[in-house]
Amino acid sequence: MLNKRKMLEIALILIIIIIAYFLHIEQEFYSLHILSLMGIYVLLVLGLNMVIGNTGLLDLGFIAFYAIGAYSAALLSIKGLSFWIILPISILITGFFRFLLGKPLMRLRGDYLAIVTLGFGEITRLVLNNWDYLTNGPKGLPGVGERIQPIKLFTFTFTQELHYFYLILFFTVGSIFAIRRVERSKIGRAFVAIREDETAAEVSGINTSDIKLFSFVTSSIFAAIAGVIYVHWIGFVSPESFTFWESVFLVCMVVLGGMGNLLGIIFGVVLLVGTPEFLRVTLGGEFVLYRMLIFGLLMVILVIFRPQGIIPEKRRTLELVSEK
Amino acid sequence: MIFQQLINGITLGGIYALIALGYTMVYGVLLMINFAHSEIFMAGAFFGFFLLISFSSIPFLQNNLFLQLLLAFLISMSLTGILGIIIERFAYRPLRKASRLTPLISAIGVSIFLQNLFMLVVSPQAKPFPEIFPVKNFQFGVLSVNSLQIFIITISILLMVVLNYFIKQTKLGTAIRATSSDVETAALMGINTNSVISLVFFIGAGLGGIAGILVGMYYGSIKYNMGFIYGIKAFTAAVLGGIGNIPGAMIGGYLLGVLESLGCAYISSAYKDVFAFIILILVLIIKPTGILGERVQEKC
Repeated sequence: MLNKRKMLEIALILIIIIIAYFLHIEQEFYSLHILSLMGIYVLLVLGLNMVIGNTGLLDLGFIAFYAIGAYSAALLSIKGLSFWIILPISILITGFFRFLLGKPLMRLRGDYLAIVTLGFGEITRLVLNNWDYLTNGPKGLPGVGERIQPIKLFTFTFTQELHYFYLILFFTVGSIFAIRRVERSKIGRAFVAIREDETAAEVSGINTSDIKLFSFVTSSIFAAIAGVIYVHWIGFVSPESFTFWESVFLVCMVVLGGMGNLLGIIFGVVLLVGTPEFLRVTLGGEFVLYRMLIFGLLMVILVIFRPQGIIPEKRRTLELVSEK
Repeated sequence: MIFQQLINGITLGGIYALIALGYTMVYGVLLMINFAHSEIFMAGAFFGFFLLISFSSIPFLQNNLFLQLLLAFLISMSLTGILGIIIERFAYRPLRKASRLTPLISAIGVSIFLQNLFMLVVSPQAKPFPEIFPVKNFQFGVLSVNSLQIFIITISILLMVVLNYFIKQTKLGTAIRATSSDVETAALMGINTNSVISLVFFIGAGLGGIAGILVGMYYGSIKYNMGFIYGIKAFTAAVLGGIGNIPGAMIGGYLLGVLESLGCAYISSAYKDVFAFIILILVLIIKPTGILGERVQEKC
């Protein structure tokens, strides 16, 4: 049965596809590129939102797992493996590291967790930067683009920007549906319970450290997918793309857009990735200089006047209403 | 060789400790990580830079090295202190009752703002820090120490002694300690906690500003994005000593400085910045309260 909401969603996806198609016909590669980039960020933010927005664990090193996913994909693809084999392997590798980090961390709360994840993010970047033998250091892995196997789906080969756009869109939309299922499941409700009051959740019989670890590890799947697609799409990877500020940027998208709300965080991506790029095209180079300055100021103002984000989560109010 | 590394470690450690005091004092009263502290430190370095440059063209000050340095430190300390108060007033105070996540986001916003402001106003390139006095080497047996290191070690110890006296012996210091142990009760006892919090930000930011100048003098160059790495190392020092604990921050600073120098010398200098992070993660996992810290009650 299609209700209004579902129809709206399908219409939205169709509109995005049509826009992308026309952008492609008109040779507007740059706009198409930005749309794809936004798709990658949506994937990342979906994962991060599961940790920050749903479970209430502040993670300032999420970009590390994007990096691990991307680097494993790049290294595997040099060996000549195809995308469909690299994808699950990279997800496993990323999840493994996430588990390794998460297991001892689940006792920590709030700020402490934020700092440890930050530390891990920086360690990852510094290791990628210095382990020349494996990663070719700060220069990044060159020639991935040439040595990479193009993605094949049955007999179809991905070659153009538009093909990658559809691939990204497919994974993004798929992830959104998957995450919505999780959010409405028993586990999803446990996430929110932990975010709202960890002690109360524990008393109610939720195994909080297991659930937190589950949220923590599951979130890295999306980072890994984003990393693998990014490498195949761009064909290059270097530690420079995975700085602390990228992590912060992701956190800002989640918090400013509206923690815990899928529509909100997607809006956060459009706001923080899309708008600056489109403004740069329309306003020219001058704007770039002031972009981050304005951005920092906006963050403070928004957090003070609208701490719940631009499009806040409706869940709590909804649940209260439905009780009556 | 090992003594040499110890001297380097203590020099750096003193700087880390000065910055760490800012983190730990703010955490003591507000239970929040002041992420913008690293940018205050960077601002201090630039204030010192501009002051010292302009002093060298004032005839009255030109030949008086002592007065130049004293004025540079005092003015720069006051400026960063005021910056700290402004940040607290506008970015943190409205959020005092909010969830713990929001002040952190606000702090990151301030940090991004300040970094980009300095990048636009000063320049994205590194600036060479003026050489204030000629660096002389002193030989004590196998040990060689230069005048700059002696200067930095002396300044950092002096400041910490003064701070310790202020916190332990004066009325205002008592007010800070009272507010730090319980804001509400302190307010009921007639302490103006808002002023105390402002004072804490002033002192913390001021010490961070001085640390900025010391780093500029030690390494000879400063940059708009230098704050992050020192900030995170100083934070590690604060956690290592026990966050919220003032003597802890000092011990943590020196310990981190020495460990880092030894790690650089005997393990690998390429991974210089990794040591701090590994220490940070290990401390938080094994003993989150640090060396001197007590278990802090979770703020609800």
